[in-house]
Amino acid sequence: MSQKEPETIEIKISEDILRARQSVRTCMVDLGFSLIDQTKMVTAASELARNTIDYGKGGTMRIEYPAEEGRTGIRLIFLDHGPGIADIQQALKDGFTTGSGLGLGLGGSKRLVNDFEIRSEPDKGTQVTVTRWR
Amino acid sequence: MTKQKSRLIEIFEKYEQEILEDWMREQIASITYRKDLLTEAGLRKQSAELMGLIITASRSGNVTDISAPEWKPVLDFLAATSKTRAAQGFTTQETATFIFSLKQPVFARMKLELGTNAVALAEEIWIATVLLDKLGLFTAETYQKSREDIIRRQQMELLELSTPVIKIWEGILVLPLIGTLDDARTQVVMENLLQNVVDTNSSIAIIDITGVPAVDTLVAQNLIKTVSAARLMGAHCIISGIRPQIAQTMVHLGVEFGDVVTKASLADALKYAFQQAGITVT
Ligand SMILES: Nc1ncnc2c1ncn2[C@@H]1O[C@H](COP(=O)(O)OP(=O)(O)O)[C@@H](O)[C@H]1O
Ligand SMILES: [Mg+2]
Repeated sequence: MSQKEPETIEIKISEDILRARQSVRTCMVDLGFSLIDQTKMVTAASELARNTIDYGKGGTMRIEYPAEEGRTGIRLIFLDHGPGIADIQQALKDGFTTGSGLGLGLGGSKRLVNDFEIRSEPDKGTQVTVTRWR
Repeated sequence: MTKQKSRLIEIFEKYEQEILEDWMREQIASITYRKDLLTEAGLRKQSAELMGLIITASRSGNVTDISAPEWKPVLDFLAATSKTRAAQGFTTQETATFIFSLKQPVFARMKLELGTNAVALAEEIWIATVLLDKLGLFTAETYQKSREDIIRRQQMELLELSTPVIKIWEGILVLPLIGTLDDARTQVVMENLLQNVVDTNSSIAIIDITGVPAVDTLVAQNLIKTVSAARLMGAHCIISGIRPQIAQTMVHLGVEFGDVVTKASLADALKYAFQQAGITVT
């Protein structure tokens, strides 16, 4: 199997969300993920990319291909240097929003992936890392 | 190196005709020449006009700062030309060649004029390169911007084209959605649907999402908004075409369509709609 190179995509305007989703979809098809896995990860990517723009003032999405303990996967890292999240537990709660959304993006993404990690510091920014294993 | 007045203008004036002829030859010989889009006469007219404008601007003595007012006519002309070319379907490369192919003829004449003085020749070639690169870059940038404007307009048109509302039966509308449902699109979809509900006096609208690749929270929220608006207009909505992977993803996300009737396929939705409308299909 050919080794895929990590790549970083700018997430600044709403068209970038589409591009990010397409990249995730293509990579997962190449890696042989099932349709349901693709749909879950693309949907999580859509949520996190939109948060990056709506709340993080724009940033980047990095796609990596982790391999450990005999398994391979796809990892997406969303990074922004926006205002950060003061209370992460609260942000993860279903229905919590400071915007006009449904407040299900963060919690929902967490349920759609295998590994979910969020780091945030007020005034420094936010980094959300999600991984799906094959 | 001592700062001397550039002899570029002298060379331009002295060899205007020769440079123009060489430039034409360069452009026509180039693989990027689009005979199908621009006739030789048209190209000659554009080239001669630009040549004239560059000479006029250079007479000011400033051949380095193209943002100065004396270069404005040149930039205006280049902007107009690249805009036209973008609309005609030229590529960036084809458009940039217009300027970059002027280098060779100018350099050739410089060599002829300054051939024995290597230092002066290097200096003049450097000045001409910087100037033509700036003009070329400006042309490519305007071209790029024009292309983006055109693409944006086409996207808008596509947006409307791709949201047809079909009156499938007396009182029943079908709205097949394709692609994603961002905020801009939702606005178009919603207006389209509501207008059709009124125009056709329909009481049932089927929104088919078979062509929507993923339903995230924004798409769900926008669908719900559309359904609520239709309801206010007296139309009952059915959402159909929820494929298994989408249904499963929605469950994980935690989004629900509330009390909206949902059906797996458009056929199921139609059957249900006919029932509701009291129509028996044999
Ligand atoms: N990248 C981010 N930077 C700052 N705040 C964020 C970021 N992502 C999420 N948040 C905060 O977390 C809240 C919940 O996010 P989410 O679950 O996606 O719901 P929604 O997008 O509907 O508000 C947001 O309203 C926002 O306050
Ligand atoms: Mg969100």
